[in-house]
Amino acid sequence: MTHHIVEAIDLHYTYPDGTVGLNGVSFRVSHGESVALVGENGAGKSTLLLHLNGCLTAAQGTLRIGDYPLNSKNLNEVRRSLGMVFQNPDDQLFMPTVFDDVAFGPLNFGMTKDEAKQTVLRALETAGVGHLAKRPPYKLSQGEKRSVSIATVLAMSPDILVLDEPTSSLDPRSRRRLIELLKTFEHTKIIATHDLDMALELCERTIVLHGGCVTADASTQEILQDEAFLHANSLEKPLCMQKISLWDPNKIPHHTHHHSDYTHKK
Amino acid sequence: MHMADALISPLVGATMWATTAGLIGYSAKKLKDEADDRKIPLMGVLGAFIFAAQMINFTIPATGSSGHLGGGMILAILLGPYAAFLVMASVLTVQAFFFADGGLLALGCNIFNLGFFPCFLAYPFIYKKIAGENPTQAKIATGGIIAAIVGLQLGAFAVVLETVFSGISELPFQTFVLLMQPIHMGIGIVEGLISAAVVSFVWKARPEILNSAQGVASIVKVDMKKLLLGVLIVTLITGGALSWFASSNPDGLEWSMFRTSGKEELETSEKVHASLANVQGKTAFLPDYGFKKSEPKPEASESPTWPAVDPGTSVSGLIGGFLTLVLAVLIGIVLKRRKIKSLPER
Amino acid sequence: MNNIGKNSFDIGRMDALAAGDSLLHRLDPRAKLITTLVFIVAVVSFDKYALSAILPFFLYPIALISLGGLPYNYLLKKVLIVSPFAILIGVFNPLLDREILFHIGSVGISGGFVSFLSILLRFVLTVTAALILISLTGFNAVCESMRKFGVPKPFIVQLLFFYRYLFVMTDEADRMVRARSLRTFNSGTMSFRIFISLIGHLLLRTLDRAERIYRAMCCRGFDGHFYLIRSMKIRVPEIIFMSGWVSLFVLFRCTNVPLHLGTLITGIVP
Ligand SMILES: Nc1ncnc2c1ncn2[C@@H]1O[C@H](COP(=O)(O)OP(=O)(O)OP(=O)(O)O)[C@@H](O)[C@H]1O
Ligand SMILES: [Mg+2]
Repeated sequence: MTHHIVEAIDLHYTYPDGTVGLNGVSFRVSHGESVALVGENGAGKSTLLLHLNGCLTAAQGTLRIGDYPLNSKNLNEVRRSLGMVFQNPDDQLFMPTVFDDVAFGPLNFGMTKDEAKQTVLRALETAGVGHLAKRPPYKLSQGEKRSVSIATVLAMSPDILVLDEPTSSLDPRSRRRLIELLKTFEHTKIIATHDLDMALELCERTIVLHGGCVTADASTQEILQDEAFLHANSLEKPLCMQKISLWDPNKIPHHTHHHSDYTHKK
Repeated sequence: MHMADALISPLVGATMWATTAGLIGYSAKKLKDEADDRKIPLMGVLGAFIFAAQMINFTIPATGSSGHLGGGMILAILLGPYAAFLVMASVLTVQAFFFADGGLLALGCNIFNLGFFPCFLAYPFIYKKIAGENPTQAKIATGGIIAAIVGLQLGAFAVVLETVFSGISELPFQTFVLLMQPIHMGIGIVEGLISAAVVSFVWKARPEILNSAQGVASIVKVDMKKLLLGVLIVTLITGGALSWFASSNPDGLEWSMFRTSGKEELETSEKVHASLANVQGKTAFLPDYGFKKSEPKPEASESPTWPAVDPGTSVSGLIGGFLTLVLAVLIGIVLKRRKIKSLPER
Repeated sequence: MNNIGKNSFDIGRMDALAAGDSLLHRLDPRAKLITTLVFIVAVVSFDKYALSAILPFFLYPIALISLGGLPYNYLLKKVLIVSPFAILIGVFNPLLDREILFHIGSVGISGGFVSFLSILLRFVLTVTAALILISLTGFNAVCESMRKFGVPKPFIVQLLFFYRYLFVMTDEADRMVRARSLRTFNSGTMSFRIFISLIGHLLLRTLDRAERIYRAMCCRGFDGHFYLIRSMKIRVPEIIFMSGWVSLFVLFRCTNVPLHLGTLITGIVP
């Protein structure tokens, strides 16, 4: 796959109990883009992400990952090229040790044990948790768990990274470290989040979901400044913008630069 | 109730281990045949659920005592007999290792008593018969309660049999049965009520879960009679063979260990032993069976292991025992000292 | 801390002990597993009146606890509080078997009393051996060595899953129980109705979690197979450990060491 694109056309999904998860979602994320997916609780973010790697199948609509429409035949390839970090790391880390967990994907995709070993160590180093290799996952802190979850995905060398609320329940420093880590990835990224500050920092583009529909798809800057719109979608201006506007109402930032200056202070 | 290492003989322990191992192997094979990838994580997490749920107590009205979940029946209903048996086995294994509930030798007994009866007897022959193909809440409740009671009664009876066969406890069969069965009637009723209520709860909230379990379970039912026959045969053969071995040679295990491991050494160092025996003879020692020449005769049957009912040896046994303990503790202290000293070097 | 919290804390503690680093910790788990099993079989294979003959076996737990740097008090406490079953059943022995076996001074000791003490000794030894095995090896490693001995893979894999989620589930149960007791103001008792809804909800969450885990597995290419990269090797230290202890056990089992010792002493000191 040379073009790491994700394209959804009119996806509909209803849970078995009748809850509507998605109600006609369309968007296109092109190669190398970094997109934030925001919306209130229950807006359908997780539901949408579960479609991207075929965990859920839309009742209606099509999905293209890379060059092909997603179907049961190329499911394995898609899962390999689209790495998914789930909302709850406890669901993702199920093996006895961190090492085993990161090795799980590579071994399943047919790597030899020696290759897998190398890959695992490299992925752990990249995620900054090389020292945790032998630890059992239940003895890690939330932030460590999150980093290991990311390593499990990195070990499969995906082209597209999908993260579901990566910064939830992280303390400020772990959150900062994670953001810096994500900045270094060149992958196409789709990040579902409530952390609008992070969205502003990492993603040039934002898609807003509300009740299973896309209500906005534009540059992050633009969306986050439109207070009336944010309010209608049960969202709130990111803290950094609020503060700056409180201190100096004339100086609403026009660049992400401002913002990163602010957040770089630790 | 958990069987304990201290109460069983190696013979009973080994027999039940063999039976349980057979059951685990068979269940694992069945599970593979089912080829339901989803089941392995489900089993693991459900095991953890049972483990956690067992620690939650509720108050039994009007008695002041408290009850909790056992779990065999719920597992069988949710997972079908084979997977449920494996999960029950793992719950008991963890308890044996961490809380020393029972012990390792008795683990075979415990898995059998608490896993086999609910999963392979009570579930297919009672619960399934009552609940039928399209269960209603009433059917689930009746089936769950009766099946749990029967499963526990059988388990309790197995505890009695295992204990009596082991002969470590002095409790006669009759007394023991009269002690165990009524107690487990109570436990069984509580377990039945909980199982029925929890299953009804799940059934109301998420009927599809039970329906999918139902599907698997009905495929599985056919093999059950074969399985029961197999269990019976394995138990009888192992138990029979081992007890034949033991009775034809009362200290069978011991002799065999001695023969295989001590014989050559014995012959080469005969002189040492002879002189040792000499010393012992002088100090009025009742010759133990240990230091005979290469052909041990089964005279062991007449002179049982210590304490042969002899006041003299008993007293020296006590003194020696005390000394041994002191020695062991001293060795421990020395080892610990050395360890602490050597630590900083590392 | 309530019951649930305590228990998972306990497991966590044992797990932490297993993460230690001593010569014994580093041994191949299989060597320790076999030695433990031989030990237990040797201990329980004694005649029911055996008392002094069992005592030498205390050397094994004592030596391992010392060498492995395990906390004596903690393990002892664990042994003392567990499973009253053996004691419950054993306590009938003195009542039922009153035949006098021997005298100490003028006090007659009945067979039942001796066999009761024997049960207690066996109990302490076997239980301690199992606890030591886990504290020196860790549960996962014990499982993996069972796999090497041919225990079926599906069983081992779900056992590993079980152990992994044990902490998560006990935490969850703990939180639910605490939330309930905070709202009802009587932390002591729980009615059947509330108990069922608590367990029921816990079960539903468990089922959901299983589904999410399965999804996560599928996303990383799960197709029913599990691979574990493990290099276990039986080397010289393992062989020395195993053969050393096993021959000691055989010696202890076949000769009554304390009796020899005692006879020597009583023979020499009249
Ligand atoms: N397994 C399920 N069964 C039934 N309904 C579900 C299920 N999972 C989610 N839903 C429903 O689907 C809708 C979308 O849920 P989703 O998890 O996608 O929201 P979300 O945007 O990720 O929310 P959050 O920010 O809280 O994570 C919600 O109304 C939710 O209640
Ligand atoms: Mg979500």
